[in-house]
Amino acid sequence: MNNHVFRPLIVVIGIVALILVARYFYVPKDFGVYERGYMYSWHRKSDEQFWKDFKIKYQGKEYCKDCHSDKYASINKSAHRIIMCENCHGPAGTEEGVLHYDADKLPKLAIDRSREQCYRCHVKLAYPTSDRAKIRGFADPEKHNPGMECVACHNPHSPRLGGA
Amino acid sequence: MITRRKFLKYSLIGAAGMAVPTGLTVVHGGTPEEAKKKGLRWVFLVDTHKCVGCGLCVKACKQENEIPYDANVSRTWVERYVVTKDGKVHADSPKAARDGFTSPDIDEGHGHKRVIKPEDISKAFFVPKLCNQCENPPCVQVCPVGATYQAKDGVVLVDRTWCIGCGYCIMACPYGVRFFHPVYHTAEKCTFCYHRLGAGMKPACVDACPFGARRIGNLLDPNDPVTRIIEDERVSVLKEEYGTKPQVYYIGLSKEVK
Repeated sequence: MNNHVFRPLIVVIGIVALILVARYFYVPKDFGVYERGYMYSWHRKSDEQFWKDFKIKYQGKEYCKDCHSDKYASINKSAHRIIMCENCHGPAGTEEGVLHYDADKLPKLAIDRSREQCYRCHVKLAYPTSDRAKIRGFADPEKHNPGMECVACHNPHSPRLGGA
Repeated sequence: MITRRKFLKYSLIGAAGMAVPTGLTVVHGGTPEEAKKKGLRWVFLVDTHKCVGCGLCVKACKQENEIPYDANVSRTWVERYVVTKDGKVHADSPKAARDGFTSPDIDEGHGHKRVIKPEDISKAFFVPKLCNQCENPPCVQVCPVGATYQAKDGVVLVDRTWCIGCGYCIMACPYGVRFFHPVYHTAEKCTFCYHRLGAGMKPACVDACPFGARRIGNLLDPNDPVTRIIEDERVSVLKEEYGTKPQVYYIGLSKEVK
């Protein structure tokens, strides 16, 4: 065999070897086939931990109970008991993982007092086969004290005028 | 020249050899009965009767999962279906229903609104949508780099550091639940709030729903109330004909829902 055959062959083998070496260092050690086999779980195992470590923002209704027991008690007597506090008051945790409980670190929660927040449920949509039709509401809410916040008259923790 | 003895011997060896792959899957995957005893398989249950289209689930999801609030993408959304008496189906989901449905007019896009008279409606309802965490996820099959995968408990996740942004998975999902994250420029999808599940909590959308229209459960726990409903009551899934085995079950779906 002549040199002009061997030389390019050595170059090709060299390139392949280089790619394999680079691949060895580049691909993470925990990259492989896991529980669901090659088709569905060929991945980097440590990424599962990334998603588990994601910061929780919404803490749930029970989180507020101890400090704001009066509000917690009053809303639980009203029809609004099904709405969790953070739906209007905003999430009690931040993207950095700071919780509302560490009050000095977290800015005051931004409460949504807008009419639009109430419209989500209380614009009357008389839809057959949907529970939306069962909620009390306005067909045209802009005719009812336009420009005013609903919460000026209706306490969201006890929404019926005159309590309860 | 082949003798009868040799013929029988090789036939037996051949048959035994063909059975090996089947045997291997059983050893590696475990039988369904074994999995049922101790496993964890997250599933979702949506009751479309209870959904009122308030969109608080979408608002909570976007904030919980750091999806830019004003970008027109969302991991979950709510669709409105209004079927009129002339048989026409009108559907919309303005801003993924982030601000709820506050007008009877159907948003047809490009600023067009369709006004529908209440007396013309034969049925109308809301359908929350999210990732189906399919048992056979096509989005995972097509990923060329192993950046998306199914965890042991059935949840399909995306590795942001490994995704090259080719978009194959977005095209492959029959339910249109995937999109590019506007900040990371990688494929993004609902994770059933994997971080909350790990902490013993429910997904943000489930907690945010005042009406109990969204529920989560473990399909491998026979005593789980969600599993009881899926096994004992009438439920359906979306696009069953695709063979993806979606794991978001619906109560009260209608043929108009795509």
